[in-house]
Amino acid sequence: MIKFDSVSVKKEGRVILRDLSLCLDQKRIGVIGHNGSGKSTFIRLINGIEMPATGQVSVNNLYTDKNRKEVLKRVGFVFQNPENQIIYPMVREDLAFGLKNRRLSKSEISDRIQQTAEMFGVSDLLDRLSHTLSGGEKQLVAILSILIMDPDHIVLDEPTTLLDLQNKKKIMDILDNLDQQILVVSHDLEFLKSYDHILRFEQGKLIDQGKPDDVITKYIEDALC
Amino acid sequence: MLSGLYIEGTTFFHRIGPGKKILSLVLIGTGLFFIRDLTIIAGCFAVIVSLYFTAGVPAKIMLRQLRPAAILLVIIFIVQYFSNSLELATLIVLRFACLILAASLITLTTRTSDMVEGIERGLKPLHKILPVERVSLTISLCIRFIPTIQAITEEVKEAQYARGLSTNIFAIAVPVIIRTLKMADEISEAIYARSFETEPYHPDLDK
Repeated sequence: MIKFDSVSVKKEGRVILRDLSLCLDQKRIGVIGHNGSGKSTFIRLINGIEMPATGQVSVNNLYTDKNRKEVLKRVGFVFQNPENQIIYPMVREDLAFGLKNRRLSKSEISDRIQQTAEMFGVSDLLDRLSHTLSGGEKQLVAILSILIMDPDHIVLDEPTTLLDLQNKKKIMDILDNLDQQILVVSHDLEFLKSYDHILRFEQGKLIDQGKPDDVITKYIEDALC
Repeated sequence: MLSGLYIEGTTFFHRIGPGKKILSLVLIGTGLFFIRDLTIIAGCFAVIVSLYFTAGVPAKIMLRQLRPAAILLVIIFIVQYFSNSLELATLIVLRFACLILAASLITLTTRTSDMVEGIERGLKPLHKILPVERVSLTISLCIRFIPTIQAITEEVKEAQYARGLSTNIFAIAVPVIIRTLKMADEISEAIYARSFETEPYHPDLDK
């Protein structure tokens, strides 16, 4: 369970997120809101990339400030631009990075890469140079580099923004079939329609939450007014 | 050397450890500068070329390694020819070509991760005074992001061209630097998110 307890975030004197208290135990959670509404800051708090000015964030009762390493193990984060998330020249090397940081043995790393690649049908990408991948392939590798670390929760910042329809469907299918709890920030409302719970942020405040039909419909109505 | 063009293979050359390869390169590089005989340098060149064939690297890829330095080699040759002699000009150019080809052969037959691991292992004894894992990660990042920075530069050039600006080094450099710095921030967050930990190099500075 992800828990926010009276969380506020300030940057350069400006309040980005104000007094947020929330418990999230749904399996598929979507986060919507206009640009600058605080939704990206909200998800960045979950694995401790961002720290609150006041209040606390916890994941399975582990606090992002006191239990940083443990939280990082449990929360996988997929950034908006996969280009900046793939940090090794070769796909296989990039997938190994997180596992090496967890001090897994060479044979365990190799086995896990092979298993993951086969499971998601990307064995042909393993020996490709990262900079030669297409946008969809890069996003796939960025997601797999997180999945391979087997986190309990996966947070994704606009995972389909840079993708064409075919790749978008591929990513959606992968996410739909995962067992982990998933939080997705997206402007793609169609993508979130099948989710269990939607959070809507505006001007640093959580102003609405609930079933997709209710929250998304209200969001569209407000945007058109 | 930083082109990141590893060629898959199982040859003898692929199987040699990266530490041995790097050490050999250091020895060859140093040794080449003590050779003053054109015949011996030509022999070294022939040996290095034959190593490419032994390692299963096609001739086309071998020649591609010399292409970026070709203009420089021609300039060196001309300057040395007119200021010294044909023999010395040939000797110096062959010496540089040997160095470039030897260094490239290591890149072509060693995975970046193995190379970085080799460097990491070599630096291990210095771990108390040097953040070894950070050094090796820095090397990987350099290799990984050279093509990305090239692509950013091309995009900026095209954007300037589309707005009617002719090639101006400052007009290109400033946006490239800004975008690269922003990219560096995002990369560091991505590294953090994947549990990268090292023993602090200097606890006070690292806080």
